[in-house]
Amino acid sequence: MSSTTDASAGRAQIAERTLRTDRWWLPPLATLVGLSAWVIYATVRVFLQQWYFVPDHNYLSPFYSPCISYGCVPEAAHFGRVLPDLPWLPYAAVSLPFLLLFRLTCYYYRKAYYRSFWASPPACAVAEPHRRYTGETRFPLLLQNAHRYFFYIALIITVINTYDAIKAFQNADGSLGFGLGNIILVVNVVLLWIYTVSCHSCRSIIGGRLNHFSRHPLRYRLWGLVSRLNTRHMEWAWITLATLAITDFYIMAVSAGWFADPRIIN
Amino acid sequence: MSYWAHFRVWRGDSEKGELVDYPAEVNEGEVVLDIIHRLQQTEAGDLAVRWNCKAGKCGSCSAEINGRPRLMCMTRMSTFEPDEVITVTPLRTFPVIRDLVTDVSFNYTKAREIPSFAPPPDLAPGEYRMQQVDVGRGQEFRKCIECFLCQNVCHVVRDHEENKQAFAGPRFFIRLAELEMHPLDVGDRTEAAQDEHGLGYCNITKCCTEVCPEHIKITDNGIIPMKERVVDRKYDPLIWLGNKIRRRR
Amino acid sequence: MAQSTEIERHAYDVVVIGAGGSGLRAAIEARARGKRVAIISKSLFGKAHTVMAEGGCAAAMGNVNPNDNWRVHFRDTMRGGKFLNDWRMAELHAKEAPDRVWELETYGALFDRTEDGKISQRNFGGHTYPRLAHVGDRTGLELIRTLQQKIVSLQQEDHRATGDYESGIRVFHECTITELFKADGRIAGCFGYFRDDGRFVRFDAPAIVLATGGIGKSYSVTSNSWEYTGDGHALALRAGATLINMEFLQFHPTGMVWPPSVKGILVTESVRGDGGVLRNSEGKRFMFDYIPEVFREQYATTEEEGDRWYTDPDDNRRPPELLPRDEVARAINSEVKAGRGSPHGGVFLDVSTRLKPEEIIRRLPSMHHQFKELADVDITAEPMEVGPTCHYVMGGIEVDPDTAMSTVPGLFAAGECAGGMHGSNRLGGNSLSDLLVFGRRAGLGAAEYADSLGTRPAVEQDTVTAAANRAMLPFSSATDGGENPFVVQLELQKTMHELVGIIRKADEMETALKKLEGIAARARTVRVSGHREFNPGWHLALDLRNMLLVSLCVAKAALERQESRGGHTRDDFPVMDSEWRNVLLVCSASVGGEDSDDPVEIVRKEQVRMRSDLFDLFDLDELKKYYTGEELDGHRADGASSGEAKQ
Repeated sequence: MSSTTDASAGRAQIAERTLRTDRWWLPPLATLVGLSAWVIYATVRVFLQQWYFVPDHNYLSPFYSPCISYGCVPEAAHFGRVLPDLPWLPYAAVSLPFLLLFRLTCYYYRKAYYRSFWASPPACAVAEPHRRYTGETRFPLLLQNAHRYFFYIALIITVINTYDAIKAFQNADGSLGFGLGNIILVVNVVLLWIYTVSCHSCRSIIGGRLNHFSRHPLRYRLWGLVSRLNTRHMEWAWITLATLAITDFYIMAVSAGWFADPRIIN
Repeated sequence: MSYWAHFRVWRGDSEKGELVDYPAEVNEGEVVLDIIHRLQQTEAGDLAVRWNCKAGKCGSCSAEINGRPRLMCMTRMSTFEPDEVITVTPLRTFPVIRDLVTDVSFNYTKAREIPSFAPPPDLAPGEYRMQQVDVGRGQEFRKCIECFLCQNVCHVVRDHEENKQAFAGPRFFIRLAELEMHPLDVGDRTEAAQDEHGLGYCNITKCCTEVCPEHIKITDNGIIPMKERVVDRKYDPLIWLGNKIRRRR
Repeated sequence: MAQSTEIERHAYDVVVIGAGGSGLRAAIEARARGKRVAIISKSLFGKAHTVMAEGGCAAAMGNVNPNDNWRVHFRDTMRGGKFLNDWRMAELHAKEAPDRVWELETYGALFDRTEDGKISQRNFGGHTYPRLAHVGDRTGLELIRTLQQKIVSLQQEDHRATGDYESGIRVFHECTITELFKADGRIAGCFGYFRDDGRFVRFDAPAIVLATGGIGKSYSVTSNSWEYTGDGHALALRAGATLINMEFLQFHPTGMVWPPSVKGILVTESVRGDGGVLRNSEGKRFMFDYIPEVFREQYATTEEEGDRWYTDPDDNRRPPELLPRDEVARAINSEVKAGRGSPHGGVFLDVSTRLKPEEIIRRLPSMHHQFKELADVDITAEPMEVGPTCHYVMGGIEVDPDTAMSTVPGLFAAGECAGGMHGSNRLGGNSLSDLLVFGRRAGLGAAEYADSLGTRPAVEQDTVTAAANRAMLPFSSATDGGENPFVVQLELQKTMHELVGIIRKADEMETALKKLEGIAARARTVRVSGHREFNPGWHLALDLRNMLLVSLCVAKAALERQESRGGHTRDDFPVMDSEWRNVLLVCSASVGGEDSDDPVEIVRKEQVRMRSDLFDLFDLDELKKYYTGEELDGHRADGASSGEAKQ
């Protein structure tokens, strides 16, 4: 099936699809498990349509931001309510699809799921099971090239998340408040910023597409900054998955009354 | 400090072949290529292997060691357990000539298809002025020693012989990137990168970067920036519209 | 065993044997003159030994220090070679090197830059000013890749014009040439085999450029790759050409000494150029004890002055770590012999105390990588252990400086396999520029020679048959009791290393000559198993023939020269002798032929007197250290004060 084990093109006749002796299957398996677990958690949470807001401290889960459904509690709807309240329509239905697409077309996640979900290839120098392969040359994978648009939208959504995080410093009564939840929200939003601007498309837009850095010193410096962040794009991708889930879970827990938010100020 | 290791070396040609077991003496500080040479000097005088510098600078001794594409001269024996079986096979993406030697002419054919450096017509030799920051990216790609491990590991051609026609491979994507980022080059290869050299086949699974003995960030610094430049040119309606309007004026 | 006896046949205007820097540059030039060119390479296209050059390419562009010019470069080169150089070659080299480097930029090379965007230049041993164009410490790779890509671009041009990539230049790689053909005393073609399937091939060509590099594989500790078996030297000898200066071998002072499997691999001189210091086991910077009289004025005598030079080169003298390579290699050798060596028999080269780790990784990335990967040594934190390694042969085919033609019409040579340019010792950085300058001249010379011929000499059929038979000899002469060719090669390497190595003695060399005779006999009956398809045993059996011939030239010339100069050090004649400065030793094939007891002979030849305008570039006082009384007649002024006067 794979040319690797097929000697008809004059290649060395070796029947094994790989001679690797290490546990090459472990990283794709871990990725598969990790991503699946996150998707299941996120799906459940998004359709749960409750425990997404802590009114006392203005904590809003990132999975519900911006909350623009008529199902949202008015205090959580920072940007008004426009969507009908339907059980199959997430409250943040305007942002979630784009966040999903931003991550789906992300150059790191593409590597991750092509390897772990598609086995194309499962690991380096391990033959893949597919008969044909055309990569990203045709529809639908050609659409991966739209990544930069989802990046632009992700920027806007990250601004909204930032607004949420700042808003959370204000208690329901308007007084200044600061608790563990604030720390979690701020850490989450900072990491979201890092993940978003460390994007490969951003790196190209900010300066990578230039051929003469010396003529654009400011863009060169920004490119240098983004490049440094970009080398850890994979790490940011996983860290932000974790912080998103943790933030949401924390807010769920406080909102459901499983435990109280430890307060530092008010 | 020496011990006997268990080697399995693929012997054969394009007709047939098999893994042959050899016990081999290993001394402190040796690399896999030393052991292959020792086999030549002792029990396998006609064992075919390609090598030159033995210092990781020429990229000749590419092979697959325990299934992983490596340079034999840069794979130290100390990375293996003494009782580990060490399997050495030729590169599996290219036709085998004999034993560990493969026919890598695919790469030379592809090299000829990449339009060369196009010098600025108005500059004489000696008048070139380039800033270090502008040549830095190209210099990274020019570290390439053409060991073709990236070409070998890339599943696009490794697993799909039929893609060899349409796909230039990682080594030549960084060549394209180098030329496109050259501060004085006047050529334009961006659209051709997608249409003629098969950049779109790459699904950025990064095995090329993983195996590169020069640690060139092939994917992050070469292929993805080229993909983004292709998007600029072919798939970004805003830029397309902008260029259209600018040209009208 | 023997497959087809058919011989593939090709005809070209110019055949270039060797695809390193000089071969590729020669091919580019010949093609530019409208010739159809074949490039023949023992290894894959782009893998030539040139990739191993690290430090840089010397060219007096004056980008970093504007005081530099060709005259300074010329003087440095002559001094480095102890005035034994072919001065005309040194002159052409110094004058043309900048153009050759600038030309590379038009081919797409990306050198490191200065602040104002010019090609940056670095310091190196023996060079008065920062002069080496470089790319980190992988300059050779840049050079070979640039030339390779230029050839590809010419092939693309040809493709646009003719529809065939190979109509103007064709590369035959993994092909070894074993014989040159002559007819009527002129070159007519050559014969060889393809390494992959062992098929034979003949090229009919009136002009052949030898660009095969060096001979280091005849030594056990060498920075050279397997290809360096002296093929060009031996082919030329057998074709009736002459070799000069074969006694001069450069032992690079800094090769790796540990682990054993990498012993000899080069540690670039840039380490010292960028501040690395040499210390013995007592922690002493011993080079200060080894500044020879002739260099006393140019080098720092205290560590403080040497240290200041890195930041203020105009007011201080350079540290003695940057003496020419022969001096440093001998000094290291003496330290180790005196028991002040490092644990693995070298000395310590330390750059970690002089530069910040980031700076080391930026300036010396390959060295950092090489030590990390091969020796598990982090050069940003620890010293390296280094010792001398056989690196370069100054000797080579005797050629006309302007056309690069040997004494055989139609046979040209360039690069390391040509002799004369570097005299008794080559300065670091002068080989890459040598490749470019004389590669181009050889290509030009070959093209013009081919044009000048009325009718081309025809290859005689019986010479072809003889060549094919000779190539098959290892199979037919192999006896069951014959030795493994690899074992014979090790014996040869050991003999040359121990008896005709860095320090030489008459009796040892006489022993070596006797041993070589025995090795030659054993080499004729080595056991070669298998068939002609990519058979390294067979390849080596054929290469051994060249290695033996060249080793004989080295040993005989070394025995003949009774003085120490540059890359030739005699324990029994430890000083430089002005009487010998004028003497070139010329090696040629003896009448008895290759299989006789005495295959090569050495004759003395007088060096051509230096042109007076070049002679006047030197101070009389300096010349007095090298020249004998009457040779100094006609210098511009008696005791004239400054060599700068003529600039």
